[in-house]
Amino acid sequence: MVQGILAKKIGMTQVFDDSGAMVPVTVVQAGPCVVVLRRTTETDGHEAAQIGLVAGKPPRKVSKPLLGSFAKAGVPPTRVLAEVPVTDGSEVKPGDTVLCDIFTVGEVIRVVGTSKGKGFQGAMKRHHFRGGAASHGSMFHRAPGGIGPSAYPSRVFPGTRMAGRMGVDKVTLKHVKVVKVDLERNLIFLKGAVPGGRNALLRLVKGQGGGR
Amino acid sequence: MDLLRELEKEQLRDNIPAFGPGDTVRVHVKVREGEKERIQVFEGVVIGRKGGSVRESFTVRKVSYSIGVERVFPVHSPSIDRIEVVRHGRVRRAKLYFLRNLKGKAARLEEEYDRR
Repeated sequence: MVQGILAKKIGMTQVFDDSGAMVPVTVVQAGPCVVVLRRTTETDGHEAAQIGLVAGKPPRKVSKPLLGSFAKAGVPPTRVLAEVPVTDGSEVKPGDTVLCDIFTVGEVIRVVGTSKGKGFQGAMKRHHFRGGAASHGSMFHRAPGGIGPSAYPSRVFPGTRMAGRMGVDKVTLKHVKVVKVDLERNLIFLKGAVPGGRNALLRLVKGQGGGR
Repeated sequence: MDLLRELEKEQLRDNIPAFGPGDTVRVHVKVREGEKERIQVFEGVVIGRKGGSVRESFTVRKVSYSIGVERVFPVHSPSIDRIEVVRHGRVRRAKLYFLRNLKGKAARLEEEYDRR
């Protein structure tokens, strides 16, 4: 069985659960996806499936090698391609469709996405530096402070945390609960927030921990 | 965006009476105690409604044993059994937070008879 699916973030709202409690949810449109390529241990060293979301990419915009890959699977070119794990020894072949019913209500999954871009941000917001006092004549407010010793090493170490571009990072959320699955409309309701803005591309993968 | 609105619409309850700030309501709340479920009634003055769609909530204020008590209910919550409107109060603003500073005779609201 395919262990993941590609989804588009619709937005956030809230639902009431069976006990009447309010649950904040993010609604995502998951799939339908198609399996384009099957990776196996023999040929690729690991078990996975390459799946595509949203058909309708004009063939002239697809590179020739990819076009061949799509043709082999017998599916129209998709705009998005990503790899997701597959349970060992399962019968997944190119051309198969993947729907949101691979997830069940109450299941805890991983969500991979890209966070919203924040632009150029100071060290306080970007790295949670404390900054200085706002008043009492401190004259040190949101500056980053010292960035290293002086004469030795006479340089700033690579990777020193400073102001800069923030956001647009790959973010993986573990332990995201599936609140509701709407197979008819290909919708999945996930508890809480997920990375990215509306229409952001997400990868939903089974399993709670890290790993592939 | 419109899909979200649609999803919220599906959750709206249609058996909620019309009520607003200044109205005295009796809210019948389902309370779970272990396995049993019973109804608890909270009666007081609605001092405001906020939010929209499924997110809408209202605040009910009552004075219980000379202690002011306010409870916020989601309008479309399934744990509300029903809402009874006891009387309509005549008020000129949407949020009656000024009632918190008044007590006794001063905290009364004039009744509006011609509404519904």
